[in-house]
Amino acid sequence: MDAKERVARRVAREIRPGTLVNLGIGLPSMVANYVPASLGVFFQAENGVIGLGARPPEGMEDRHLTDAGGGFVTAVPGAAAIDSAMSFGLIRGGHLDMTVLGGLQVDAQGRLANWKVPGKMVPGMGGAMDLVTGAARVIVAMQHAAKGQSKIVPRCTLPVTAERRVNLIVTDLAVIEPTDDGLVLKERAPGVTIAEIVDATEAILIVPESVPEMDLAGGMP
Amino acid sequence: MKGALKPEAAAELIGEGASLLVGGFMAVGSPERLIDAIVARGTKNLTIIANDTAMPGRGIGKLISAGLVRHVIASHIGLNPETQAKMIAGELTCELVPQGTLVERIRAGGVGLGGVLTPTGLGTEVEQGKPTIELDGKRWLIETPITADFALLGAWQADYVGNLSYMLTAQNFNPIMALAGRTVIAEPESIVPVGVIAPDAVRTPGVLVDHLLIRAS
Repeated sequence: MDAKERVARRVAREIRPGTLVNLGIGLPSMVANYVPASLGVFFQAENGVIGLGARPPEGMEDRHLTDAGGGFVTAVPGAAAIDSAMSFGLIRGGHLDMTVLGGLQVDAQGRLANWKVPGKMVPGMGGAMDLVTGAARVIVAMQHAAKGQSKIVPRCTLPVTAERRVNLIVTDLAVIEPTDDGLVLKERAPGVTIAEIVDATEAILIVPESVPEMDLAGGMP
Repeated sequence: MKGALKPEAAAELIGEGASLLVGGFMAVGSPERLIDAIVARGTKNLTIIANDTAMPGRGIGKLISAGLVRHVIASHIGLNPETQAKMIAGELTCELVPQGTLVERIRAGGVGLGGVLTPTGLGTEVEQGKPTIELDGKRWLIETPITADFALLGAWQADYVGNLSYMLTAQNFNPIMALAGRTVIAEPESIVPVGVIAPDAVRTPGVLVDHLLIRAS
């Protein structure tokens, strides 16, 4: 199992039956692969569909049905097509149960930076600021480090996406929960020691007595 | 609704320096034939207000590549390297707006509201230089309304009075922008007799639409 699959499988464990969930592009979108249809989860694509489904069969793609990354998708039974005001009304208005987003940095206060690297990359925030501000639960799914640099830092050096504290950070090494006291190490990836995680993390981690291994079975049941 | 225009005639309505709201999300739901006609006419110094600038060769990307755009207001330009390159080279300027704020600013402009109070952007670079207000102990960012000289829409069906319907994710910003353009030009994929679009299926009432683009030949 590669690092990204591990993250996607672990995030899938967080998804509750019958909820509305928005997955960001890239790694977060892989989470859907591990959520069984029996959970009755509706995935939202912020460009305008509730009930996003898998890629259509080869040659059956329709240019009027895409996800927020512009890729061809299908819609599941019960799906709804909505305009952008409704889509972001759902997001900002507290109707979205969970969003899973990629990250460039998360800091000790649990603040996420994921939309800009000044002087290098200015793609724009797209829907990320609304998602982090409005979703009931925000999960950051990312690699623990990039180019040897920890992405979990004492204080974001990149522009933050929102002032809100995210609910959970899932990486290829660990599950970390930002709290009032700081970042708490909740779980470790199979075969990874606590010392290795602490070493790979620039921010201070609170390490409880028991840090179980991640459950990688995928979404419930 | 005044009637149906050829793309060239529609493009002639748009003068240099005009501001254009352009529907579409990564070019899905963008009025491609109308954009082609603007590119052919070479109308310069345009301000484009849209979710994104698509990618080179598609939708708004064609206006960017042709060097016709002076200012962009969008939520995301990351999938069009030409927009970023032209911004860095100083050939165009860009205001990045959170997507949910962008659509509500356009809606506010179109429905006669004086602005938007939103929590999105508080404590970030988006807040810089903008007023905030505290109401009942909660802080809000004040965002101003947006209108434009033209709204250029992509639609699925139009009828003879200009009622519009949309298809799946090609809807996106289109029905909101229909309210906020002083002149509204819609490019439907087909034009059908009145009644074919049932009243309940009309997403943009024809009273908002000034011109349709004639069928593709």
